[in-house]
Amino acid sequence: MIVFWILALVLIASAVFTVTAQKPVYSVVGLLANFIALAAMYLTLQAEFLAVIQIVVYSGAILILFVFVIALLSSGTRPFEVGPDKAPRILIPALAIAVLTLAGLTVTALRTPVTVVSTATTNGTTGDANAFGSVANFGAALFTTNLLPFEVTAFILMVAVIGVVLIAGDPTPGAVERKKKRRPGVREPIVKDTLVR
Amino acid sequence: MTVSPESYVALSAVLFFIGVVGVIARRNPLIMLMSIELLFNAANLALVAYARAWVNNTGHIFAFLVITVAAAEAAIGLAIVAMTFRSSAHVDVDEVSALRG
Repeated sequence: MIVFWILALVLIASAVFTVTAQKPVYSVVGLLANFIALAAMYLTLQAEFLAVIQIVVYSGAILILFVFVIALLSSGTRPFEVGPDKAPRILIPALAIAVLTLAGLTVTALRTPVTVVSTATTNGTTGDANAFGSVANFGAALFTTNLLPFEVTAFILMVAVIGVVLIAGDPTPGAVERKKKRRPGVREPIVKDTLVR
Repeated sequence: MTVSPESYVALSAVLFFIGVVGVIARRNPLIMLMSIELLFNAANLALVAYARAWVNNTGHIFAFLVITVAAAEAAIGLAIVAMTFRSSAHVDVDEVSALRG
């Protein structure tokens, strides 16, 4: 019980910090705290495999990607600037939409009947080999009942990789040679509002 | 002492609320993408809470798929951000009008 409240406090505080931080790097730190607290919360919900996946995929891969993009965007002569936020202007409509979402979620959640099954039926506690949420339990469900969704996942990742290469790569012939000839440390001329290749 | 699933779902709704405010009210695309990650995580928390309540690990599978889609989304979103703002000194979604309709 006390663990839940402590983790809930950490989750909400880090989420607020992520959203309100002035610089994206601070946001990344807040998001890291959020992900780790969420992994701990998965453990209290007997989802140990998901807790590990949360740490590995989110904190290990996605956040590093964010850090790299922040570093890339500020790798010019000066750190990139962000204009004044929309916050004062758009805060009221934003809050209105968010409160509507919150109300909808709450009503839906309260109208969902939940009968809590006791821990005794979960085939042991967290850490046991075949308990609910363990790697064996999760893998058996993933590779038998839900095999097709798992395969679709592979397709989604492949599409994402191809998409990233198409968006970020330079498809014109001779791009590599041109890049080598370019002097290092010199930024390209600023062309506003265009997706220039 | 166990915590009721309603508490977890309420916490998930609050996290979703914070994420929605972040997506709408910020102009920095990186922080907007991070707020989207918050939304994914809030949904995952509700899925895992209900999975525990019913002792049915389909919720875990669904959360796993959501994490995969979140990874793909982050990769593509960050590629677009890096491409769009590589040649400009400002990182501001309001200044992007190449796709003006």
